[in-house]
Amino acid sequence: MRVSVITFPGSNCDHDAFSVFSSRGHSTKMVWHKDSNLQQPDLVILPGGFSYGDYLRCGALARFSPIVKEVISFAQKGGLVMGICNGFQILTETGLLPGALMMNNSLSFICQHQLLRVESANSPFTHNIPVGTVLDIPIAHKEGNYFIDEEGLNMLQTEDRILFRYCDADAVASEESNPNGAVNNIAGICNKERNVLGMMPHPERAATDTVTSQDGRRIFEALESYFISHA
Amino acid sequence: MLKAKIFVQLKASVLDPQGKAVTNSLHHLGFDEVLETRISKYIEMTFADNDRARVTEQVEKICDSLLANPNTESYHFQLDYQE
Repeated sequence: MRVSVITFPGSNCDHDAFSVFSSRGHSTKMVWHKDSNLQQPDLVILPGGFSYGDYLRCGALARFSPIVKEVISFAQKGGLVMGICNGFQILTETGLLPGALMMNNSLSFICQHQLLRVESANSPFTHNIPVGTVLDIPIAHKEGNYFIDEEGLNMLQTEDRILFRYCDADAVASEESNPNGAVNNIAGICNKERNVLGMMPHPERAATDTVTSQDGRRIFEALESYFISHA
Repeated sequence: MLKAKIFVQLKASVLDPQGKAVTNSLHHLGFDEVLETRISKYIEMTFADNDRARVTEQVEKICDSLLANPNTESYHFQLDYQE
């Protein structure tokens, strides 16, 4: 795959994502937010971090970077876009994904291992991962408390667009296994066309031999198998 | 000049954990009569224009396009003449 990782002022997981995709053999490019050329990617990564210092609202100002216009147009043509953490916040601000990421209900920045349950295999990002699979992928955020109104939540459920939910070791998504207060334990969702993913956990931080979980690889393997079967 | 005094607040249907934490602290301080606290953003913006209708339209556009997230927030504002 050709992968483009966008760097905003304040991004801090762009090199992690670059490193993971490069090491998996993908032609990976770093693209500056002021550029207007995405470099013909198959997949765009909006990485984690604190774009524009999280001023006003997380992701609100990044939405006006020149490259985001290109990302929106790429996504609307069916291109694969993956927003991780701050990237998820940016995707909700652009309107590519519904809802909003609010401050954690604990008011604290949370940095920890987190278990997620795969809720749908019907996406490029969860392709061939059995529903119910539990993944250990870290979270690191203060604004990860996903909010959507009841009508929106019904839409996400009816359209099978919730891809990941926070859970415990028994794959139970409960209030106790919800780290940040997210509605319905939602950790990741996709758009209606299923080519845009936003997720708070960081799969790129669980994808190398040097860290204590490699479960993030399952998502990159899913993308790769989807790409091979649809290329 | 006109000064816009803009309040951006969470919609009533959205939980406000900061407000809840402040209410708890106030109860610890003995202010038991406080039932609920909601935290809002207050933004001031100055315009050279003195035409209230034009500035009102501008501020509404500014709030809709950037200052408030329509998913979670509502806004209201007032315009005051400045020397």
